[in-house]
Amino acid sequence: MTLSIALQHRFGDFALQAAFEAPPGVTALFGRSGSGKSTVVNAVAGLLRPDQGRIALGGRVLFDSDARVNLPPHRRRMGYVFQDARLFRHLNVRQNLSYGRWFAGTAGDAGDLGRIADLLGIGALLDRRPGTLSGGERQRVAIGRAILSRPQMLLMDEPLAALDEPRKAEILPYLERLRDELSLPILYVSHSVAEVARLATSIVLLEAGRVVTAGPATQVMADPAMAPVMGLREAGALISARVVAHEADGLTRLDSAGGPLWLPRLGARPGDRLRLRILAQDVMLATARPDGISALNILSTVVEDIRLGDGPGALVRLRLGDEALLARITRRSVEALGLQPGKAVFAVLKSVFVAQDSVGADAGAAPT
Amino acid sequence: MFDALSPEEWQAVALSLRVSFWATLLSLPLGVFVAYALARWQFWGKHLLNGLVHLPLILPPVVTGYLLLLTFGRKGLVGQFLDDWFGIVLAFRWTGAVLAAAVMAFPLMVRAIRLAIEAVDPKLEEAASTLGAPRLWVFATVTLPLILPGIVAGAILAFAKAMGEFGATITFVSNIPGQTQTLPSAIYAFLQVPGGDGQAFRLVVVAIVVAMAALLLAEWVSRAIAKRISGR
Repeated sequence: MTLSIALQHRFGDFALQAAFEAPPGVTALFGRSGSGKSTVVNAVAGLLRPDQGRIALGGRVLFDSDARVNLPPHRRRMGYVFQDARLFRHLNVRQNLSYGRWFAGTAGDAGDLGRIADLLGIGALLDRRPGTLSGGERQRVAIGRAILSRPQMLLMDEPLAALDEPRKAEILPYLERLRDELSLPILYVSHSVAEVARLATSIVLLEAGRVVTAGPATQVMADPAMAPVMGLREAGALISARVVAHEADGLTRLDSAGGPLWLPRLGARPGDRLRLRILAQDVMLATARPDGISALNILSTVVEDIRLGDGPGALVRLRLGDEALLARITRRSVEALGLQPGKAVFAVLKSVFVAQDSVGADAGAAPT
Repeated sequence: MFDALSPEEWQAVALSLRVSFWATLLSLPLGVFVAYALARWQFWGKHLLNGLVHLPLILPPVVTGYLLLLTFGRKGLVGQFLDDWFGIVLAFRWTGAVLAAAVMAFPLMVRAIRLAIEAVDPKLEEAASTLGAPRLWVFATVTLPLILPGIVAGAILAFAKAMGEFGATITFVSNIPGQTQTLPSAIYAFLQVPGGDGQAFRLVVVAIVVAMAALLLAEWVSRAIAKRISGR
């Protein structure tokens, strides 16, 4: 089921004019604060009435200013997970989880509650009051409550932004499980590149109320034009790799389109496919395969595009099979190496992140 | 002096309790509705409604009583209508005392409940609506439980105010022993006759006891409910 959005909304000096489609999977709505992300999500949920536009999920029209359709929030069937969990403090966890089920017509279906509670690891909290839960627990209950209302789509507005790093790390694996185990489309608002890299299957980039680009995550993340929007330090491509074997010295060997990679032992099993994130600033380029170097991970690639910045820096997009890698180097190096599209180069990776792990192991920086 | 109240004094106390009880109970639903409207809705004439609700608080009670008499008296516009169609007469009856007490206590009730509603985060109501709850359900399952301490406080405040109401009551329904003579009216009547001080004093003590009991009860109930909904 695809969510189609075309909106125009104005308040004060801010004008939102956004149109995009969110295909099944996790669509990350990415942008700085004030770019209009929350406005879009609230419009989808029916909490904000846009000046003009049309919102439809599959064949179901939720809002259409021309046809004068505007379904109230309670008839849209959008599960909404807010940044602040918004649990009902006069109800216990079980009652909070059950709240939406009254209206979804599944009140008697207790097995569902148990299954979702297990999935989110909140089975032991059912009789507790929201006031006694930690921030991470509260957010997981809020996610469960939204799912149990049997929505047709899940909206998540920076669900991790109010949490500290350990709490984020606690919840991310659960979000990955949701993505992989429930076939529920998710619109995920975030301004964290790391979260987006880990969760998103597609990305919509929003800047000052306008869609800058939209597409599959791997494609958007590897677009040099998008790097400044995401922040140069965070810019980096996603590539996929297959686990080959765990080797005797504690390294795991993976296969990528550009050659083999070694990472400190991963939890994944041989044959598993992973998504790796490689920051542009962690990639060095060499015109010949470097010899006598400590780096293990050297991929052979072809220069595809060079984008010079305003300063001394440059972003180079490298072709890696049908994927791409981003490297952030200096303009001086671009000239010194004579880089131009079509030239074969070797990419030396200083570090590799596991962005999406099929067994849900924590993403961490792996020195290579 | 404190042994027992005379039947006449008992009558006054019982009538006051009865009048206050019904005045509070009957005005409560309207009080919640008006408080909700003032707290959450934007509509034309909102300031006018707000002023109207608060008018009895600032007008001399005699004026309120007189206006009630003009409107709900036998010759009054509404009074005539009620008499003709339903056979309901309010002026100079205990039911009229209920109306007078309710009108006088209404601003206090609405204020307490409105404050409670304004303290409820509308974001919680939004969350409930995204979970599929229609508006009335949201009110019944989220807003109402959260404002219960405010409703109780408002109700008990209104009850205490109704117990003490004098000016509007005596103007609207007069001071007929056994029919419209409430506690304050009785105290006033006793003070008008020589040697009535003793009787008046006994009723003063009753008035103090009832008022204190109401306040303590309000405090206790509010705390109990606040604890229940604190989420801990």
